[in-house]
Amino acid sequence: MSVIGKIVTVDSNMVTAQVEGNVRQNAVAYCKRYDGVKLMSEIIRVRGDLVDMQVFELTRGLKVGDEVEITDEMLSVELGPGLIGMVYDGLQNPLTDMAKKVGIFLEPGNYLEPLDKKRKWEFEPTAEVGDVVKAADNLGKVKENIFDHYIMAPFMLKGEWTVEKLAPKGSYTVVDEIAVLKNSEGETRSVTMTQRWPVRIPLGIYRQRLLPSTPMVTKQRIIDTFFPVMLGGTYCIPGPFGAGKTVLQQITSRHAEIDLVIMAACGERAGEVVETIREFPHLKDPRTGRTLIERTIIVSNTSSMPVAARESSVYTAITLAEYYRQVGLNVLVLADSTSRWAQALREMSGRLEEIPGEEAFPAYLESTISRFYERAGMIELNDGRHASLTVSGTVSPAGGNFEEPVTQGTLKVVGAFLGLSYARSYARRFPAIDPLESWSKYEGIIDNEKVAFAHSFLARGKNINEMMQVVGEEGTSTDDFVIYLKSEFLDAVYLQQNAYDEVDAACAPERQRYLFDLVTRVLEHKFDFATKDEARKTFFKLTEGFRNWNYTPWGDPKLKEIEEEVENYLAGGKELEANA
Amino acid sequence: MRKYYNKIDRIAGSVATLKADNVGYEEIAKVQGSWGESLAQVIRVDRDMVSLQVFAGTRGLSTGDKVHFSGSAMKFAFTDDLLGRIFTGSGEPRDGRCELTDNLVEVGGPSVNPAVRLMPNRMIPTNIPMIDVFNTLVEGQKLPIFSIPGEPYNELLARIALQAEADIIIIGGMGLKYDEYLYFKDTLESGGVMSRSIMFIHTASDPIVECIQTPDLALMVAEQFALEGKKVLVLLTDMTNFANALKEISITMEQIPSNRGYPGDLYSQLASRYEKAVVFENGGSITTISVTTMPGDDVTHPVPDNTGYITEGQFYLKNGAIDPFGSLSRLKQQVNGKTRDDHRAIMDGCIQLYSQCRETREKKAMGFEMSAWDEKLLKYGDAFESEIMSFSVNTSLFEALDKCWEILGRYFEPVETGIRSNLCDKYWPKKADS
Ligand SMILES: Nc1ncnc2c1ncn2[C@@H]1O[C@H](COP(=O)(O)OP(=O)(O)OP(=O)(O)O)[C@@H](O)[C@H]1O
Ligand SMILES: [Mg+2]
Repeated sequence: MSVIGKIVTVDSNMVTAQVEGNVRQNAVAYCKRYDGVKLMSEIIRVRGDLVDMQVFELTRGLKVGDEVEITDEMLSVELGPGLIGMVYDGLQNPLTDMAKKVGIFLEPGNYLEPLDKKRKWEFEPTAEVGDVVKAADNLGKVKENIFDHYIMAPFMLKGEWTVEKLAPKGSYTVVDEIAVLKNSEGETRSVTMTQRWPVRIPLGIYRQRLLPSTPMVTKQRIIDTFFPVMLGGTYCIPGPFGAGKTVLQQITSRHAEIDLVIMAACGERAGEVVETIREFPHLKDPRTGRTLIERTIIVSNTSSMPVAARESSVYTAITLAEYYRQVGLNVLVLADSTSRWAQALREMSGRLEEIPGEEAFPAYLESTISRFYERAGMIELNDGRHASLTVSGTVSPAGGNFEEPVTQGTLKVVGAFLGLSYARSYARRFPAIDPLESWSKYEGIIDNEKVAFAHSFLARGKNINEMMQVVGEEGTSTDDFVIYLKSEFLDAVYLQQNAYDEVDAACAPERQRYLFDLVTRVLEHKFDFATKDEARKTFFKLTEGFRNWNYTPWGDPKLKEIEEEVENYLAGGKELEANA
Repeated sequence: MRKYYNKIDRIAGSVATLKADNVGYEEIAKVQGSWGESLAQVIRVDRDMVSLQVFAGTRGLSTGDKVHFSGSAMKFAFTDDLLGRIFTGSGEPRDGRCELTDNLVEVGGPSVNPAVRLMPNRMIPTNIPMIDVFNTLVEGQKLPIFSIPGEPYNELLARIALQAEADIIIIGGMGLKYDEYLYFKDTLESGGVMSRSIMFIHTASDPIVECIQTPDLALMVAEQFALEGKKVLVLLTDMTNFANALKEISITMEQIPSNRGYPGDLYSQLASRYEKAVVFENGGSITTISVTTMPGDDVTHPVPDNTGYITEGQFYLKNGAIDPFGSLSRLKQQVNGKTRDDHRAIMDGCIQLYSQCRETREKKAMGFEMSAWDEKLLKYGDAFESEIMSFSVNTSLFEALDKCWEILGRYFEPVETGIRSNLCDKYWPKKADS
């Protein structure tokens, strides 16, 4: 049932219409352009008979008096098997189909089915006729790639319903009826494999929420060892432009030990999405032997796409993620960049002439950010399985200064802060996570005390280095100088990791623990150097030896050779060779 | 029948407001007065009131001047006759030749579907080692030159234009001084490339709204050529003037500024222009190199800051050279893995040593004793600057790589460079005496 209104104002991507009848906040509306094209919009404010809408398309050509069709449905996504591997825009339009049907440009007014309605899925019932079910209880399952994709009773169900009919094992499309449910009042409901859910309302139906307790392995040493993240946790990656936020998320999307990755490209470069779209179908996921695209969904609203849809794209992404958590998977959302989302909020707030807060961001910025991250979490599903949604957001602070509203609002709510520093990226020390600024509230794969011991060298090394800038090398004791060299060594061979080297790009936990112990041995060792030059030379060689170690595949006998040489040297044996 | 309106209600800044009906958002209108005529674009419709941004500005505009609406958005001709031509920011001939009216195409249309884009993967050689070796330029890339005023940024743009093998060169000049405009014109002509070039020039004395139109016209034409399979190089200078024009207009529109007076949508405005850079399946592409002058050499100023968040790297122009620190081509790894096996190692190794050299210079300036290692670094840094960094160096990628090895070999032992031993084994210059 829809209500018709008439446009009275067009101000960039905000349109005001006059309507009679009931309208719902956040309902979808369509502005009808002179040529019949309907532009999707969302109601964001109601004042008497005036509704303000953000239009998800270019509003060029809209006129006063044009018709607006206002639906009763809130902005929603379609859920069901077949989402994995898709590339969507912020409104869940499949971009590849769009290219086929509409052409090179994203012409306004084209909305396509998010799910393939013809594709058949092998359905296997898991419930039985006569079972009593609640919202999100399993009715059956299909295989989506390697996953058991559970088909659940609709999330919107209220109370208990009895399974009246259930489709037998067989192949069905997502629109075929697979069950009929009936409640105590005698109401019946037909159930298919798809359902819709409004993106602005968190989707989470579970027995209980659990505290995150399992590390999410990213295979980045500096994260897993020093600033760990947990399944169901949240972390943010603020950093100035070019510091490596996107690369860090891309690396994570490739190597993280997680079932499903949802990449939300929010107001960033189209080229970065293209990289994922073009490469993931050809890259192997070492955990499963399948391609990476089979564990990825891309939601992309890049910077030149309409701004209002950018704002909604992060909600689309997180709702898809919540859905797969409901299915039973461990899901990771990588949002790049949450600052662009905040800017979209700011633009719209300005058009609504709301009272601006700091840097013209709206006053509700902080609560909006925290509600977003709160959608992450580890849960115990109705059937007792555990599933998680981990959220990572990059932040792009103006001028690289973390004292700004988006960074500060984010720091208050996340469990780990991986702050990228300009100085480190400038010195090409990647990943450029600042080891002295960053923190994590989570536990990682290596014992805390051991980590703290290694970490202590970093601050001491930095102090000594700063001191050396003032008093010079000759004014620094050899002992201090060695501490400085140790901190540089730890940085070079453990914190830094070469994303473009086939081997070094991903360091599995087993290898991390092993390397960590080796590195700790060097850190603990009492060296006895006659001169600083000797110390420097030795550390050059140690660093080079360990670098080569990092570039050598796990299991290669060369690893042992390098280790033995180092051990030998530490035990007072012969000098290290120049080219270990 | 075209309807004429001759009652303007309000005039402020570059905006004129009048009562009119049946007018579309972003429609183009023509305003005619005793002072001449100008195009104008609808920037807001509110009940029966329409606000127009007048391209020529509102100086001398009378409330009784005539306005009529064209019924469509901004369009500009797209034909091969554009080649060799020079236009203003509103698309009028600046070269005294005829107006073009064939095959009109809408300006500022929707963006390209990311799913049809290709990954940039071809190097654009420039024979400038600081680009080719250290921050390789890639076809389809968008890259600004960050510069303080006074550096030879336009010379650098022109040099790249003449060196890069583009099918078509399009220059969008914003707020140019008249002699800068003439410099580009002369350089293209004497370089023999004017016949495949098109210029859209807004000079500092032209109306401010035309400054905003300039990149849109340039990029629309570029996009059309790219769709035909042409490799287009777009040079935009100076995008800071473009941003300042946006700021000026948003302030007269009484929008709430977000940062130092710039509008909150500065990022989106810049992005929608830069994101036109593309590689299509048919081989056509747009590569955009722009200039962003940094007021007060401050990279955290909103214009360079927002630009850096959009583009695929940046070249810092300092003291007449591309500074290796902060300069970055983010697409370089798409191409530098398949040039020569030592390319990446040289790129990292040379810069790390040069960075240490700069630290050492600081120590030296503070009067500290120089160790043997320090002495090496200092000599290396001087050689690196004069034989690699200098603007006068004009040499191919491979020659530049060889030169880097030679310089390293002159001052260091292989292990000191941090370069992998297998590469040192292969490329380290053989000492003449051994
Ligand atoms: N782990 C890494 N290893 C090697 N190089 C890296 C790494 N991370 C970043 N870089 C380099 O830094 C460049 C910029 O990184 P990235 O695109 O991730 O920056 P960003 O922080 O996302 O910037 P923006 O905010 O502008 O999007 C990359 O193109 C690459 O050259
Ligand atoms: Mg990025």
